[in-house]
Amino acid sequence: MSDAAAHAMHPPTSTGLDNRKVAIWAFIGSECLFFASLISTYLVYKGKSLVGPLPHEASQCMLHGQMQRCEGVFEVPLVTAGTAVLLFSSFFVVLALYGAQKGNRKMLLGWLSATVACGLFFVGMQVYEFTHFYHKGMGYGTNLFSSTFFTLTGFHGSHVTLGVIWLSTILFLAARGKLPPEKALNLELAALYWHFVDVVWIVIFPVVYLMR
Amino acid sequence: MATSVLEHSAVHHAEAKSGLWSWITTVDHKRIGILYGASAFLFFLLGGIEAFVIRLQLMTADNTLVSPEFYNQLFTMHGTTMIFLGVMPLSAMFFNYFIPLQIGARDVVFPRLNAFSYWVFLLGGLFINAGFFFNAWPNAGWFGYANLTSAQYSPGLNTDFWVIGLQILGIASIAAAVNFFVTIINMRAPGMTLLRMPMFVWMSFITQILLLLAFPVITVALVFLMMDRHFGTHFFIPAGGGDPILWQHLFWIFGHPEVYILILPAFGIVSEILPVFSRKPLFGYTAMVFSGVFIAFLGFGVWSHHMFATGMGPFADAFFSLSTMLIAVPTGVKIFNWIGTIWGGSLQFKTPMYFALGFIAMFIIGGLSGVMHSSPPADLQQTDTYFVVAHFHYVLFGGSIFALTGGAYYWLPKMTGRMLNETAGKIHFWLMLIGFNLTFAPMHILGLNGMPRRVYTYPAGLGFEFWNGLETVGAAIIVVSQLVFIVNLIVSLRRPRNAPADPWHGATLEWSIPSPPQEFNFPEVPEVKSSIPLWDLRRELGSLPEPQRVSGAGIHLPNPSYYPLVAAIGVFVTLGGILFAQPHFPWYVITLTGVAVLFYGVYRWAFEPAG
Amino acid sequence: MDAHVTVHSEEHSHPTPGLYFRVALILFFLTAAEVAAFELARRPGSLQSVVGPVVVPILLVLSAVKFALVAMFYMHLKQDSKLFATLFVFPLMIAAVIIIALIILFAYWRMPH
Ligand SMILES: [Cu+2]
Repeated sequence: MSDAAAHAMHPPTSTGLDNRKVAIWAFIGSECLFFASLISTYLVYKGKSLVGPLPHEASQCMLHGQMQRCEGVFEVPLVTAGTAVLLFSSFFVVLALYGAQKGNRKMLLGWLSATVACGLFFVGMQVYEFTHFYHKGMGYGTNLFSSTFFTLTGFHGSHVTLGVIWLSTILFLAARGKLPPEKALNLELAALYWHFVDVVWIVIFPVVYLMR
Repeated sequence: MATSVLEHSAVHHAEAKSGLWSWITTVDHKRIGILYGASAFLFFLLGGIEAFVIRLQLMTADNTLVSPEFYNQLFTMHGTTMIFLGVMPLSAMFFNYFIPLQIGARDVVFPRLNAFSYWVFLLGGLFINAGFFFNAWPNAGWFGYANLTSAQYSPGLNTDFWVIGLQILGIASIAAAVNFFVTIINMRAPGMTLLRMPMFVWMSFITQILLLLAFPVITVALVFLMMDRHFGTHFFIPAGGGDPILWQHLFWIFGHPEVYILILPAFGIVSEILPVFSRKPLFGYTAMVFSGVFIAFLGFGVWSHHMFATGMGPFADAFFSLSTMLIAVPTGVKIFNWIGTIWGGSLQFKTPMYFALGFIAMFIIGGLSGVMHSSPPADLQQTDTYFVVAHFHYVLFGGSIFALTGGAYYWLPKMTGRMLNETAGKIHFWLMLIGFNLTFAPMHILGLNGMPRRVYTYPAGLGFEFWNGLETVGAAIIVVSQLVFIVNLIVSLRRPRNAPADPWHGATLEWSIPSPPQEFNFPEVPEVKSSIPLWDLRRELGSLPEPQRVSGAGIHLPNPSYYPLVAAIGVFVTLGGILFAQPHFPWYVITLTGVAVLFYGVYRWAFEPAG
Repeated sequence: MDAHVTVHSEEHSHPTPGLYFRVALILFFLTAAEVAAFELARRPGSLQSVVGPVVVPILLVLSAVKFALVAMFYMHLKQDSKLFATLFVFPLMIAAVIIIALIILFAYWRMPH
């Protein structure tokens, strides 16, 4: 850390790195194994569902109390839109952080609001998608695909939701002028978490939605 | 507003010196360490009582002391308790108390997160055990193999208490691991480079990494199991296409690193005791560090040696067999280094040294039977027999518990300010050593003769009676040895303080300050030039002057806070609510209340002045 | 030594909004390429026979590149302390090994033998 102000506020650390930043990285490292376990399970159970619906292929499903033919459930265009929005939100939050570090209040508030809006859009997309799947006869426990899919993307979605709450809290503070440049680290931590959630989706999107 | 906050915190500070409230709101790593130690020791005694009842039941053939159902609960809770509520938090007691002292810090890096970890651990431990009062103690084994744990084969709440309780404990472990990881990375005294850290700190550091990487995996497995039991999924249920073997994989991907989580702190403690009582620096310090790192790293590539009996095929069997055998190499390096440390030393036969030496001997036996398991053909013969029980008790009891007990004799004078009685300590050691070997050595024979684990009794005439009877006698001796320890502890606590700052002529920083340390630990932050700072000083000065207690005015300490407890209750209620997940019951009201409490606690915590 | 490198790079190559924007553009096009690969592999046509068999490696590579771009530029691992990169990459390696190992173990399990 080269920031003199930060040095004045906190006792120096052995590595010179901020404590909270080391902590969030350690936590992110831990989360890697969390998502790895979920992704492994999704892949190990891929193609082992006993009934439909399936991601892409048509299959026999139980719908309205009887077995019938049903199409694959995935709506790739919708998810592509969500993916793009989440990617852009990562771009927006680095701009907000840049604004926070430079003391550019307009940049900070504008891009941070945009990030939160993107996060909300993504969560909304997922809520819509889940409801849609449910109406197509894909309940949580319907088959291995539905259970592994909902658990993996649901946990990712809950991480996005937490990120939105965290970033909103910082937006609220920033709007009240409580995020001066020397406290930009508060945003940096949330941003790191947010980028992590984004890179998890960068893995989930092709592995779950695009590989057949 | 700012003034009122300041006044408020000043009042808090004044109140927080003694009494129940001061313990509830404490963020002092030493008090939290004591809380961990006291809770864990009570859980440890509970797990010991469970074990002793198991031994009484197995004392004779066709015994009917306990029902088969209760026996299942006993061995499940014995394993779960000893691992998650005994050995892990006893290690956490030493992490809490001695990592900051050994690295010359005033506290851990996030004191309130530390309090949160403790409260979550305590509530999780109580939750798992609460099943007892509903006749629903967990009963599917500490490994919880699917699909015995499915709603079909384990209807009652027993497994729910286990699944949810372990998730609560997992949160405590990860929070604590982040905290200690950053503490060791960033809070070291000036001059303490990584390769000058005490070996206990090094082994603890590696343990935190293992906790961070292993616990998420079991959390996911537990979530799947919870979903299977309550929310209609079939992750581990063959009828829905699920594969019970996946549980075993996820469980042991966690489970094997977990055994290092249990043993590495013990390695660290022994590596502290042996040099001090041999009057020689640790032999092969760097080799000790890197063998520890190597063990931890390899520990993620061996998990399927617990699963040879599932038939994974020759390639996987060969791979996991070889990787397991490879771990014997760094472990052997450690054992040779311990022996090298005492070799030619001027040995001081004090109680901690007895336990450390006992540890080496017992751990070697357990390590060797472990290498036997790494060979699939041998393992197939031993799987699910008492041979395996013998093996892991030699490493966990003969290893971890011996080292932790040695650590207690070594460090309790620092924590309580009172010396423990040496004679009683040695009686404790000999009783424990004899009792331990009488209990667990015959299990090798019984196992090879085919006595299966986890079965509540055995018929007469198979040749099992004599050894089982002997084992129960051994267990009784272990019980007596623990009583000796408890009496020793109570008697010492009732005496006035008599422990000097440095009773053993230690080499590390915790011995440079009074026993017990003052709230701020170090009046001045020490400076370190080697891994044995106090011996450097002793050589320089001839002898060390007794450090005096000082006023500590002007030393900045974190404020006490009860929000960590509030947040912990939030976690507890959130996950606990799932226990009530039944159709047509609004269990989610409980869970959402928990989430609200958690958020309230976290927000108040985040915006409260940390001090 | 490490600290010196960090300070050095922070002074001279601190990322700018322009760089962030270029990364965002690349991410956007890589995502488009992912979806294009998916569509080409799915739709009957002249390219299906070409893309179809290699669509999984294509997607994995594209995803890895996107992952690396976000980690290096948006998470600042390129210029930040090496410790942070280690804290991320080491768990990722273990995660990858576990995923691959489980896939192999279960693939064997499903083979008739
Ligand atoms: Cu193992």
